[in-house]
Amino acid sequence: MTKQEQHTSTKRYGMVIDLDRCTGCGACMVACYAENNVPFSKDESDKMLTLNWIRVFKVDNGKPFPDTEICYIPKPCMQCDGEHMDGHSPCVSVCPAVATDYDHLTGIVSQIYTRCFGCRYCMAACPYHARKFNWWDPVWPAEMEKYLNPDVSVRMRGVVEKCSFCYHRYQKARNKAYLEGRDEVYEDEYQPACVEACPTKAITFGDLLNPEHQVYKLSKSRKAFRLLEKLNTNPKVYYMTSKKWVRRKTDNYIENESPGETRNSSKTQKASH
Amino acid sequence: MSTQSDNQTASAVNRSSGWVIFVFFLIGLIASMITGWTAFPKLLYSTKEQPIDFSHKVHIEQLGDCRACHFFRDDGSFSGAPSLDECKDCHMYPMTGNPNEQKFIEEYIEKDKEVPWLNYAEQPPCVFFSHAAHVKGSDMQCETCHGDMGHSDSLREYQENRITGYSRDIWGYSMLPIGEAEHGPRQKMNDCAACHLKKTGSKGDCFQCHK
Repeated sequence: MTKQEQHTSTKRYGMVIDLDRCTGCGACMVACYAENNVPFSKDESDKMLTLNWIRVFKVDNGKPFPDTEICYIPKPCMQCDGEHMDGHSPCVSVCPAVATDYDHLTGIVSQIYTRCFGCRYCMAACPYHARKFNWWDPVWPAEMEKYLNPDVSVRMRGVVEKCSFCYHRYQKARNKAYLEGRDEVYEDEYQPACVEACPTKAITFGDLLNPEHQVYKLSKSRKAFRLLEKLNTNPKVYYMTSKKWVRRKTDNYIENESPGETRNSSKTQKASH
Repeated sequence: MSTQSDNQTASAVNRSSGWVIFVFFLIGLIASMITGWTAFPKLLYSTKEQPIDFSHKVHIEQLGDCRACHFFRDDGSFSGAPSLDECKDCHMYPMTGNPNEQKFIEEYIEKDKEVPWLNYAEQPPCVFFSHAAHVKGSDMQCETCHGDMGHSDSLREYQENRITGYSRDIWGYSMLPIGEAEHGPRQKMNDCAACHLKKTGSKGDCFQCHK
């Protein structure tokens, strides 16, 4: 029966990104391109057509020199849990092809490229612009095809793709766990490529439900928040910052509204439901 | 009177033409059955021979079981078909007078060239399959999916779908799932899902088997 238990222990894999530590170097983006066979176009400066599963955004406080401050926000797929934490995330609920679904065992939102027919409803539904569309078949320089990752399938023209929290790494870690007769995957066995590549250790990854994992504590910190929290999409990517102006930039706040208050009020609203 | 006899002949003609139509329908049905069940599969699949023929039976007798050549690596991945280095452990020099072994040594071992085995169960690139989950996690036997390979005296022919390039074992050898297939069961998505539903109570989420 231990084998059955392996399938029932529920996890919520999530990320905590410390924005005070992020230097905007873009190593996470490069690692992601290499790990997930993300194709690049001839003109990467055209950001409308660029494919990337994690993208580093730059925001500033809008003040003139010498008071200008800059913050970089790495933004992967938020792997939303949906309003009632039941996997009813914006993209999953609109997909007419069941090409994307919510994995209740890990909380990761999948994208099946062979099932997707490219209607792009999910892209319209995603409030985080985490999904990207393949306008062309990917072309790699001849020698580079040998460096493609065999654990991730390459996508074709006309389908949508997005960050998977490097799910293939989870599968690999599980393989090892099966071989060693373990039920659980260790925290350090499953880490996405962007987390490993970050030189300042700004990104932490693990199971948000497991008190032994680092993200458990970090996600409950006073500094932690999520993007567009008012939408109640319940993303599993948390951010941390000590700067007030950065907090204000991460949601549509009205002039005299304080981000902290909003979060608390939305929580009490939920409790009253 | 004359109108009545006209009606009679007309209905007789109708009756006989009904039979003619039925006979032609039957001929057409039989012809399309033969085309669909016999001719079309021959047209759709090209037949290939494995580069070297060998007996699984002899190897099992000598080495004990499947795991001698098809084993798990320490990281949990499955080795699949053995590499040349593993074959070399025994076949560096001829062990028997078998002409196939002679050919294997001359063409591959001496030239240090990997054997381009044709993998009967090769899945499309969008499929993730974990041997560890099935063999270690739920104690399944190799025969359940691969058929009784261990007792075969020679490698069967490999059939490749001319359109998709995939092995016929994926699509299966029979349109209807009647009885036990000789080469193991079909390996289409619905077949995987049916077994998962029976054994685990759920077909599983997309990412469980897709990548």
